[in-house]
Amino acid sequence: MKIPHHLTDKFAKYTVLVCAASSVIILAAITVFIVLQGMPTFQKVGVFDFLFGTEWRPTYDKYGILAMIVGSTAVTIGALAQAIPLGIACAILLAEVAPNRIRSFLRPAVELLVGIPSVIYGLIGMVLIVPAVRHIGGSGFSILAACLVLTAMVLPTIISISEDSIRAVPHAYKEGALALGATRWQTISRVLLPSARSGIIASIVLGMGRAVGETMAMIMVIGNAIAFPKSPLDPARTLTGNIAVEINYATGTHESALFATGIVLLIFIIVLNTITTVVLRRGIQKHAEHLT
Amino acid sequence: MRNISPKTVQKIAMTAVWAGGFITVAILLLIIIYVLFQGLPSISLDFLLTAPQGGLSGEGGISTVIVSTVYLIGVTLLILVPVGIGAAVYLAEYAPSNRFTGFIRYGIEVLAGVPSIIFGLFGFVLFVTALHLKFSILSGALTLVCLLLPTMIRTTEEAIKAVPRSYREGALALGCTRWQTIAKVVIPAAIPGIITSIILCTGRAIGETACLYVTMGGSAAMPTSLLSGGRTLSLHVFYLAMETRAMDKAMATATVLIIVIVVVNAFTNWLAHWFYVRMNRG
Amino acid sequence: MKKLNTNLKKKSFVATLLVLSIALVTLAGCGGESATTATKTTTSTTYTLAGTITESGSTTVQPLAERLGAAFTALYPKVTVIIQGGGSSVGIKSATDGTVDIGAASRDLKDSEKPGLGETVIARDGIAIIAHSSQTVSNLTKQQIIDIFSGKITNWKELGGADKKITVVSREEGSGTRSAFEELVMGSDNKIVDTAILQSSNGAVRTTIAGDPNAIAYLSCGYVDNAVKVVSIDGVAGTEANVKNGTYKIVRPLLFVTKGQPTGLVKEFIDFCLSDAGQKIVSEDYISVK
Repeated sequence: MKIPHHLTDKFAKYTVLVCAASSVIILAAITVFIVLQGMPTFQKVGVFDFLFGTEWRPTYDKYGILAMIVGSTAVTIGALAQAIPLGIACAILLAEVAPNRIRSFLRPAVELLVGIPSVIYGLIGMVLIVPAVRHIGGSGFSILAACLVLTAMVLPTIISISEDSIRAVPHAYKEGALALGATRWQTISRVLLPSARSGIIASIVLGMGRAVGETMAMIMVIGNAIAFPKSPLDPARTLTGNIAVEINYATGTHESALFATGIVLLIFIIVLNTITTVVLRRGIQKHAEHLT
Repeated sequence: MRNISPKTVQKIAMTAVWAGGFITVAILLLIIIYVLFQGLPSISLDFLLTAPQGGLSGEGGISTVIVSTVYLIGVTLLILVPVGIGAAVYLAEYAPSNRFTGFIRYGIEVLAGVPSIIFGLFGFVLFVTALHLKFSILSGALTLVCLLLPTMIRTTEEAIKAVPRSYREGALALGCTRWQTIAKVVIPAAIPGIITSIILCTGRAIGETACLYVTMGGSAAMPTSLLSGGRTLSLHVFYLAMETRAMDKAMATATVLIIVIVVVNAFTNWLAHWFYVRMNRG
Repeated sequence: MKKLNTNLKKKSFVATLLVLSIALVTLAGCGGESATTATKTTTSTTYTLAGTITESGSTTVQPLAERLGAAFTALYPKVTVIIQGGGSSVGIKSATDGTVDIGAASRDLKDSEKPGLGETVIARDGIAIIAHSSQTVSNLTKQQIIDIFSGKITNWKELGGADKKITVVSREEGSGTRSAFEELVMGSDNKIVDTAILQSSNGAVRTTIAGDPNAIAYLSCGYVDNAVKVVSIDGVAGTEANVKNGTYKIVRPLLFVTKGQPTGLVKEFIDFCLSDAGQKIVSEDYISVK
């Protein structure tokens, strides 16, 4: 028996529709499961005490994750503060300044670096960076070490996307600026970078997402201490690390508190993304207005 | 500041760009070269073909780890590829531009930004605990599918969209139904692009750790079934570095990992280039 | 015409992929079957055991369980013993859930955890205080150790060592070694200082100590090796010999926990662990229960 074409067609259409809906379903399932598991903590501990409590001692029923929020924020800001200027410099170098010969070698290298697994950066952190930081002071397992590892991790992402967006600026812009007598640097800083801003912002937001979400490399170098970090040389703990380090050891409310940490992490990432996008866009717009 | 001549600013800025940019890329590359230098001497056929001696001694090779990795990725792709292609076909060929489509696209966008460890938590409650799949390759693979789905859908959609309109028009004009057009003309023409996205996902799967750390159990034994626990190359690097002091073995495993990534990368680039040339000719 | 040809080629490629995937599924299915049918065939003369035993939990028990598993597999080649880490609490929880056949714990069960579980003490283990191999301080009083871990003493010079800040390294909450250390040494009034570096397994603690000249930690005796230095407590070092002859008092039980009393293959394995052959393996690094 041959199935009529229009039936196959209908069947196929709905099959692919289900496939497309799957990611929404997964997203919904993730939200539902994590919220369901985390809810008891919010009810028992209270949202405020959970977010702003400075003590995390599951054995004594103390569940405050402020230190981890601070830890995650510190490593992310620290890493971005280094990675943004360096990354944009690299992107300019690759897109505009470097001669073709050097570019044709560096560009694939950066692309390769994007794919290097984070554990390898963590391994390097353990072997080289932690002992180096120990010479400055403290145990070496520290926010500083984590920042350095994260910087190396997010740089390739920032470089490669920023470079793409700088190169995507129409040639006419550049030629126009140069024809008007602008120097090469004026052309880059006042024409190319502002025109490429959305791509650059995207690269930063993406890099930030990687930084906040990074887990294993952080566990390897940050020391995982539950104390409120007071200096960059102190050990600390990230939200992601809190989940990964303890999930296998947790039962009852402790386990639920880790899921609640997951909820906070999710919201944290969404908020950070929004803020960065808005702030950066505004800053650049102002800059652009100022110029014109 | 205004008084400095543009020429001087130019000089300073260019020096900064050269110094900052070049040194950065150089350091990043040196990191990788360092790993290769530390790791290459320990790599031998023996290292690749002997089993690791259990979680804590750090002795032995990586044979079981390679098997676990291949097994995990095989199972992952088996589920990921059909679902991903289906979703991409819907988005590229069927999706009307309405709210529902926007909703799906938004979902994919958000899912792509969810950190790996959250997928891990999800996999831990749903697959490991609720569905009783235990810490296993299957749990890890299902979690990985959720993680990679957005990447797979997006890149495949690009590949399908890159198929020239004339292909579809030709097929429809010859009396093909919509589905026939898609199944017999569009998808075959997009296959190199689809393979590129499969390889891309494979590369990401190889490097993934956090979501597998909480769903796969990390057993170093040879997996005997889908329900065996296991560890991937990346997880092995983590366990070696953290649990043992066998940094030489960790470096050697990391080297294998880097080599695999380089090969995957080169292959993806080559395919993408080939696909590009072919499409532009057609 | 050429296009048709390439299309055909592609089709055969897709077909190959399909066949490969089906083969993989089938293989996987077969594998799954053999794992779930843990059968015990009794013949008149010999016992042939086959199947899979999964164990997870305490990382303290892990190396021991790996060795016991390997010995058991050597006796019965058709048996696979899968050993995973996790931690004592997860071991107990997994056994309660039935996620694993055996949960390993390196501390006594809490009363709330006991219902429905069968527990077997397979070994005893001391908890040693360890420092970097270059550490000059080699003896501490119990009170000094409490003060170090609770953050009252922060510099090695207060203990007669170099003028260096002490790096306290501890385990996660939920770790059996940690709760045993808190119970046996710290007492209920002293909390482990919150600035302590926390590592999630015994192995990770050992790695950290081996790398940091100023670090101190507590570690399962089974993990102590020559990369780290054992610091004596009140003149007694936490070595195997001292644990065995009873002079070293910081000792806790290592448990195998099962859902209900062990049966079938799992019982065979636990019986093997308690047998002379099993306890001989135990006594290589831990203290035999006999």
